[in-house]
Amino acid sequence: MRHLLSAGDLDLASALSILDGAEEMQQVQSRPVKKLPALRGRTVVNIFFEDSTRTRTSFEIAGKWLSADTINVSAKGSSVSKGESLRDTMLTLDAMGVDAFVIRHPSSGAAQQVAGWVKAKVINAGDGQHEHPTQALLDAYSMRHHFRSLGSAQASGAGTEFQGKKIAIIGDLLHSRVVRSNVLLQRTLGGEVVLVAPPTLLPTGVETWGCPVTSDFDAALADADIVMMLRVQRERMAGGFFPSEREYAEGYGLTEARLAAMKPGAAICHPGPMNRGVEISSAAADAANSLVLDQVAGGVAVRMSVLYHLLGSDEGARQ
Amino acid sequence: MTTSNASLLISGASLADGTRGALYVHDGVLADPASAPSGVERLDADGLLALPGLVDLHTHLRQPGREDAETVASGTAAAARGGYTCVHAMANTDPVTDTAEAAAYVQALGERDGHCEVRVVGAVTKGLDGAELAELGLMATSRAGVRVFSDDGRCVDDSLIMRRALTYVKSFDGVVAQHSQDPRLAGPGACCHESEYSGRLGLPGWPSQAESVVVARDVQLAELTGSRLHVCHVSTAESVDVVRWAKARGIQVTAEVTPHHLLLDTALVCDYDTTFKVNPPLRTSEHLEAVRDALADGTIDSVGTDHAPHARQDKDHPFDVALPGMIGLEQALAVVVDVMVNTGRMDWSTLVERMSTAPARIGRVAGQGRPLLVGEPANLVLVDPSSRAIVDGAASASRARNNPYHGRDLPDPVVATIWNGAVTYRR
Repeated sequence: MRHLLSAGDLDLASALSILDGAEEMQQVQSRPVKKLPALRGRTVVNIFFEDSTRTRTSFEIAGKWLSADTINVSAKGSSVSKGESLRDTMLTLDAMGVDAFVIRHPSSGAAQQVAGWVKAKVINAGDGQHEHPTQALLDAYSMRHHFRSLGSAQASGAGTEFQGKKIAIIGDLLHSRVVRSNVLLQRTLGGEVVLVAPPTLLPTGVETWGCPVTSDFDAALADADIVMMLRVQRERMAGGFFPSEREYAEGYGLTEARLAAMKPGAAICHPGPMNRGVEISSAAADAANSLVLDQVAGGVAVRMSVLYHLLGSDEGARQ
Repeated sequence: MTTSNASLLISGASLADGTRGALYVHDGVLADPASAPSGVERLDADGLLALPGLVDLHTHLRQPGREDAETVASGTAAAARGGYTCVHAMANTDPVTDTAEAAAYVQALGERDGHCEVRVVGAVTKGLDGAELAELGLMATSRAGVRVFSDDGRCVDDSLIMRRALTYVKSFDGVVAQHSQDPRLAGPGACCHESEYSGRLGLPGWPSQAESVVVARDVQLAELTGSRLHVCHVSTAESVDVVRWAKARGIQVTAEVTPHHLLLDTALVCDYDTTFKVNPPLRTSEHLEAVRDALADGTIDSVGTDHAPHARQDKDHPFDVALPGMIGLEQALAVVVDVMVNTGRMDWSTLVERMSTAPARIGRVAGQGRPLLVGEPANLVLVDPSSRAIVDGAASASRARNNPYHGRDLPDPVVATIWNGAVTYRR
């Protein structure tokens, strides 16, 4: 794999290979010594042009547990404020001999542009409102664990756990990079995504994404196996996307009543950070069937697997 | 650059109407070929078309202020390569052309450095801020003789200011050239057409209606004031409908379309290549078809290049941050020939009307857009209608390289350009 820019870049074999690899990586986390020598001598730069706690930390730990030299660069506003173009910033770091960049940027498409400029490999850790492929992978990883815990793994082989499963994704679809990556990854894995949002937060052309779209959360909730709540940012209210937090929570929040209405065996996901009381009630966030903390734990294992897939072989070395 | 005293006898060229004959360029005008002395320099134009020099109502020359991106010299050299003998220099320079002195300065730059006639466009409002009228009258009476006023790059958003501007310019036969973009519907982050692509790419888009609602308002203000409105870079089917309606009502509205809005569609943004970031954005095929039809039937009067050179560092940013705009002077004729003439949508006479006669009339440029008759100024372009080439963006007279046609197979029509009797480009 040259880069990981979009969840749509992954075919079924590579997606499953990453998910299976993450299982192995998670085994390591239960050992007294967590470090593997797999990426010794490789240099990974986490360059974040936007604030992030969990994604950056998760990538940093993933790199360190694989023995890569991991460097964090906080570049928020730096290139623009110094008048340097993104291209110059990235070429400068690339010239230092980096093997891979993990890049988070507030602009859609930034990771793809960077991949066209640098010699290093590029992992998209979130680009604007476009994609966040490792989030979709860790979501799939957590869902898979959940489905297996219900004993629904099929004998025909790994990966088919998603077949026929209904994954409802609810919230600010317009501005969410998480939803775009999940839709693309589940198209490959076989999950049936249902999209739920107020009409003002639906992306243009969402009807071409190949999933049902509705503004009726309760109808979608009734047969969802996974209820994935997206963060809704308070500033969207000022943008006129919805009238009030109260009205949003009423229509699109996972309230206690909706928690009770979930079908047996259904689980809750949230990419975080959560706005308790807006898109998710505390009862739902802390419910026994909430996968939120499993997602975080799985996040490290999935990112270890992604780094290993990109950098682990001889071809993983910088070209 | 001044008028050449050189004489040139062009033989064998066809005119746009299909007639054939010799053209004798002498003392900056077209003279009777029979009066040419026997030893005069000759240009064999057998198989070529001779057209009036092209006139662009919409050019960004970037001088003063961004001479690293373009200058009057480099931009007009690109114009000459494209067959243009006159361009209109947009006002969004630094400083903005919003005073008589600023207009006179650009006029002087054009006279000193131009490879074609440079007409000055004045700002509608001070600093393009949309709040107070610029010195419209003083710019009109300055030696620049400004007739076209535009805040291009920004929309004159305030309805009252727009009304006042239209009313004011009427007294000196000026025209307000509007960049139609509702700043709320097409918010500050809007960087491409709102479509299936913007939705997938996670790019804030702007709907075609953010253009047409402003056009709809402006044509009604033109009716109210009885003044002249020119709609810059029409990019949508809805705007075409509004302009068609307004013309049927007798409102004095003219419109232009850019070469890129005739040829390129929004799918090109799918790799986040900032070369294709432009404002208004590239639209979908339905809109392309609508503007092509409108250019053919005259609803859209003219082709304006919106030649917008940018330095590389201003394009090497993320898509939503990079500056919008693409160059177009050198390939404008090629695009119109390919999209409109080679497809049978338009004949050469209509092309001359849209690319020379109409823009000269709208801009009130006396010596341009004239028929190639004895006694007229010698502004012309010799065209090879069948030549084609792969566009090489690096081989440009422009300082900028944001050329959206780079690598495309397009007509390569311009053989020579003559402005006021002087050869400004020859292949």
